Amino acid sequence: MADRVLMTGNDALGEGAIRAGCDAYFGYPITPQNELTAYMAVNMLRLGRVFIQAESELAAINMVFGAAAAGKRAMTSSSSPGISLKQEGISFIAAAELPAVIVNVQRGGPGLGNIAPAQGDYFQATRGGGHGDYRTIVLAPDSAQEMHDLTFDAFALADRYRSPVIILSDGRLGQMMEPIVLHKGPPPPVPPKPWALTGAKGRPANMIRSLIMEDGALEKHNIHLQAKFKRILKEVVRYEERETADADVLLVAYGTSARIAKGAVIQARSQGIKAGLLRPLTLWPYPHARLRALAPRLKGIVVIEMSAGQMLEDVQLAVGGSVPIAFVGRMGGGVPEERAVLAAIRRFAKPARRRSRP
Amino acid sequence: MSDAPRKAGSRTIRSLYRRPAALKDTPTHYCPGCGHGTVHKLLAEVLDTLGIRERTIGIAPVGCAVRAYYYLNCDISEAAHGRAPAVACAIKRCLPDRIVFSYQGDGDLAAIGMGETIHAANRGENITVVFVNNTVYGMTGGQMAPTTLTGQRTSTTPGGRDAVSTGGPLHICELLNTLDGPWHIERVALDGPAGVRRTRKALTTAFQAQIDGKGYSLIEVLSPCPVHMHLPPVDAMRFVKEQMVASFPVKIFRQEGKRLA
Amino acid sequence: MVQKRYIVKISGDCCKGCQLCISVCPKKVLGMARNLNSRGHHHADVLRINDCIGCLQCADICPDAAIEIDVEEVGR
Repeated sequence: MADRVLMTGNDALGEGAIRAGCDAYFGYPITPQNELTAYMAVNMLRLGRVFIQAESELAAINMVFGAAAAGKRAMTSSSSPGISLKQEGISFIAAAELPAVIVNVQRGGPGLGNIAPAQGDYFQATRGGGHGDYRTIVLAPDSAQEMHDLTFDAFALADRYRSPVIILSDGRLGQMMEPIVLHKGPPPPVPPKPWALTGAKGRPANMIRSLIMEDGALEKHNIHLQAKFKRILKEVVRYEERETADADVLLVAYGTSARIAKGAVIQARSQGIKAGLLRPLTLWPYPHARLRALAPRLKGIVVIEMSAGQMLEDVQLAVGGSVPIAFVGRMGGGVPEERAVLAAIRRFAKPARRRSRP
Repeated sequence: MSDAPRKAGSRTIRSLYRRPAALKDTPTHYCPGCGHGTVHKLLAEVLDTLGIRERTIGIAPVGCAVRAYYYLNCDISEAAHGRAPAVACAIKRCLPDRIVFSYQGDGDLAAIGMGETIHAANRGENITVVFVNNTVYGMTGGQMAPTTLTGQRTSTTPGGRDAVSTGGPLHICELLNTLDGPWHIERVALDGPAGVRRTRKALTTAFQAQIDGKGYSLIEVLSPCPVHMHLPPVDAMRFVKEQMVASFPVKIFRQEGKRLA
Repeated sequence: MVQKRYIVKISGDCCKGCQLCISVCPKKVLGMARNLNSRGHHHADVLRINDCIGCLQCADICPDAAIEIDVEEVGR
């Protein structure tokens, strides 16, 4: 049995970043992700890598811009309000096509909100919270293990597509300890970065910029970006399926909500209801196609979120009204309960026999 | 800067001044008499004289000088408005043996970017900040800036800046001089040839300090903006000499880490 | 005794006619040319080179690095 270690999600993600070759980390205090910043402070400095506690989340994302411009693997982490402060920076990073990893350990919102887990930043993350036509790859872990593992994917995807990648987590995932297996082996290989700013020695000077004023030039740049996003749509979609082969009621959920959905599937199956789960691991690009493929066999879909219903719209987009959708949501840091999910499932499928003790 | 003397019988021709190599050939877009052009030229001279062009990385601000990378022949990155010091700090931390400068105007450095300015200085980051203070937001049409003089007319202080509703000009050198982090803080003025020579010397001191790893240096350059000072270039230069210097004393505030009185 | 002669070259195309060089020349060597350069600016010109004392103030003050200066030394 591989050696397992008990870690909070925040620490697991920090260790993942370090093993994935993160050269530079820039943070700022905000609950519920402070443990990640503290973890990076200890370990980045121990390894002689770059760590700065910035004067604001806004400064931190611009430091990520700088480190990435210098050809380094850079990461910042924050929580909802702090991520709002980073949106301009993320738009600049996307426009300048710089690789970067941004971690959002979501908390209750809007406004100062609270420090409980939430998923109310889905639109911001998947639709692009800053200005201009850009998208960011969004990964959604649902366990300390995935907080660790998806960090490798985040850095690899950031470098492969020269794009900001968001890891969308939440306060529960960050704070809760779970046994994980630490990633062995080398970090994802770093591609050559001839565009990086390292000093114009033996080559012409490089520019990293997003002000493109020449006539028609910015549109050309946008066309180039859109082509990249199309490639990402084709190549990067990831999701997990549980018991969908014969399911006639499909649960759709990510992150903490998916953990609850997994329990609900087991409960429903024990009551003879053929329930299944589709769990997106990438929230952008979203698995619309897979959902569309499953839709014809379904009597109903149950979407579970810790928000007023944001991923809900992607599900609606995918099935286009062809399947009735029930929504189980909690806001302001509330966490959906399995009972509520089971009640929603029963709207589409009756239990085959009396409730039996599992 | 001059090339080697050329022998021609007993006649020799020696160059006394050349356009700096670190300045690209493209003529600048700056308005006639604008101080940015002068600072670019002096900066390029310093990169050449200290032989650091090939390992220098510059950060351009949002403002008239955002196009610095069309003129300065070294690696340059844009930064979001006001964030150049943060970008510069990160690059310097990642590439400590490169020379990093943050080139900023007064709005970029002292208004939206004040937080980054103070904290980069407070960390004593080993970077050089070239702060061009021309009292207005130039690119956007001459609005009031933090350093607009009391009584000075701008597009957003049509009746002249009044302290009651907008406060007075903000003194960055004096402000940063209260911090322990900085190594060198100096204010100079493009108010004539002597001022230009003094600016060249100040920039050389600052970049040499960075080469020697001494820490944070900032050079504030009082600079003419003829168009938004509503003056022809020669009078704008006089405005710098008579009006700006009166409000912004030209002196060294911090030398080799020590506050000067 | 070395006899010096200064050679002041103004790049007509870089010059924007700001006249700073003219204003700082202690010997009034420089003035405005009548023609326009390729970018539509009147540009500065060297009118009385013999009066030049090689102080380089014009080159120093020029915001566009449009002025280059040589010195020709004739030794006896």
